Amino acid sequence: MKPVLLIDFGSTYTKVTAADGESGELYATAQSFTTVKEDISLGLENALGELKSLSGISAFDECYACSSAAGGLRMVASGLVPSLTAEAARRAALGAGAKVIKTFAYEMTEEDIGEIDAIAPDIVLLSGGTDGGNSACCIHNANILASAKANFPVVLACNRNASAKCKAILEASGREVIPCENVMPSFGQLNIEPTQNAIRDLFLKRIISAKGLSKAQALVDDIIMPTPAAVLEALTLLSEMTGELMAVDLGGATTDVYSITDGLPTRAGTVLRGLPEPYAKRTVEGDIGMRYSARGIPENAGMDRLIKISGESEDGIQKWIERIHENPETLAATESERNMDFALASLAIETGLVRHAGTVETVYTPMGVAYQQIGKDLTRVNKLILTGGALIKLERAQEMALLAMKTDAYPSSLIPRDASVILDKHYILSAAGLLKRNHPEAAKVLLGKEFT
Amino acid sequence: MPNRTMVLGVIGADVHAVGNQILNFAFTQAGFNVVNLGVMVSQEEFIEAAIESGAQAIVVSSLYGHGELDCRGLRDKCDEAGLKGILLYVGGNIVVGKQPFEEVEKRFKAMGFNKVFGPGTPPEVTIKALIEDYEILEKAEKAE
Repeated sequence: MKPVLLIDFGSTYTKVTAADGESGELYATAQSFTTVKEDISLGLENALGELKSLSGISAFDECYACSSAAGGLRMVASGLVPSLTAEAARRAALGAGAKVIKTFAYEMTEEDIGEIDAIAPDIVLLSGGTDGGNSACCIHNANILASAKANFPVVLACNRNASAKCKAILEASGREVIPCENVMPSFGQLNIEPTQNAIRDLFLKRIISAKGLSKAQALVDDIIMPTPAAVLEALTLLSEMTGELMAVDLGGATTDVYSITDGLPTRAGTVLRGLPEPYAKRTVEGDIGMRYSARGIPENAGMDRLIKISGESEDGIQKWIERIHENPETLAATESERNMDFALASLAIETGLVRHAGTVETVYTPMGVAYQQIGKDLTRVNKLILTGGALIKLERAQEMALLAMKTDAYPSSLIPRDASVILDKHYILSAAGLLKRNHPEAAKVLLGKEFT
Repeated sequence: MPNRTMVLGVIGADVHAVGNQILNFAFTQAGFNVVNLGVMVSQEEFIEAAIESGAQAIVVSSLYGHGELDCRGLRDKCDEAGLKGILLYVGGNIVVGKQPFEEVEKRFKAMGFNKVFGPGTPPEVTIKALIEDYEILEKAEKAE
């Protein structure tokens, strides 16, 4: 027996999991409100107290934590062409578990610097140009970034021929610069791992203490990664065991969507266009969520569909959305409120899936019909995992995901259409991702028991 | 040898892939750094690839007869995207039916293409023209 404590410092809840580092057995889970403003260890003590009484374990051999508290890892990404290096940079940051507040393309302006100063990001990612390609843009942007007032380190993943110059410019302004390989070394080639490693190192080195989490760090062996990165690790491990899969993490403020698959075309005669997709891909919808961001759901999916799915009146839905936006801790208490939450969740999942998945377009050529695919084809993914505080608390979670997949509103979208839906009922995804670091076999057992 | 980068592709809804592969091979062998976009390439994709890769030339193929429609406005969009003075080449069966090549060439040059090649042009001809044009660009760059 080797009890391991796994902690997830969320923006709202601190979630703790007790699992065995050898057998992978899940002992217990517990949660308490995060207390990052006062002293983060208070919330942790509360959760730990509950966990210890539930599991009967009083001492742990090891302890690891991930965090999305205090705003998570906030980043600004930049590149040259919006659909190329700027998009590659954004994907690299998202895959490293960051919250990408803004993505800039082409040459930045003085006004943009004002905006970056206002954002005060934890890290800025500067890219642009393939190796040997355009170097004017990233050098210009390095000069612009050097004039920023906010104190942020810069991860430099641009054209390698311009990298040294950009580094010199930024360092002359007293900024920490971490040069790494280009996010797009040659046209259409995505190389985001070196950047993600650099982001992760920075997260450990400076972001944790900057966010007042160092007190928590003293309590645990290590805060090893941002929470979304831990979730992505767990999903990747699970897919090694059971094949390609997707996951939706529906939170109060954002909806995260993950896919672990190459997403290559499944139909013959399809031409693949656009930037290559990462095998393990994460997207974040900042305007879609079950509480703070509930307003984004009718804005995107349409009020008429909310009315239809919930069976409630427009007036009632409006009032409910306003209420949960103002008081995010509100739980659905009546039958009608539960119906509205059901419709909101279903449409949030649908919108998240549609934005994450690729599309296929039929092209009529003089030589006959051809298909053009942009993004990932996820139609054959047969496993969809649902997680997130909002989803786990809701009833009929399976049903709302099935409804989202059966939508006829987006005929050209390549979302999964017939996946089996599995609920992360003990909320162990991030814990399993943490456990994987030093105990991959135990993490496999833990995931296997929960999701197969 | 200086860095000579070009963007290559078959424009529009054209799916003729064989000639594209031959050109990719021939141009690469001749020492060019070829960014090959393959078939069914839109004007925007040519331009975006040229911006990122810092290409000095865009080489457009069209085999299915609709090239004239597909190529219209490419020069204007290049100018708009900051690719001022980029070399634009076009070749293949670029118009409908059998028309006198001189007229076709004139129309495409009026659209802003530097060089226009008719059907059956061997790659060596295009390579020779490319080298000449690159040398002019490089001299101009040095003079600056």
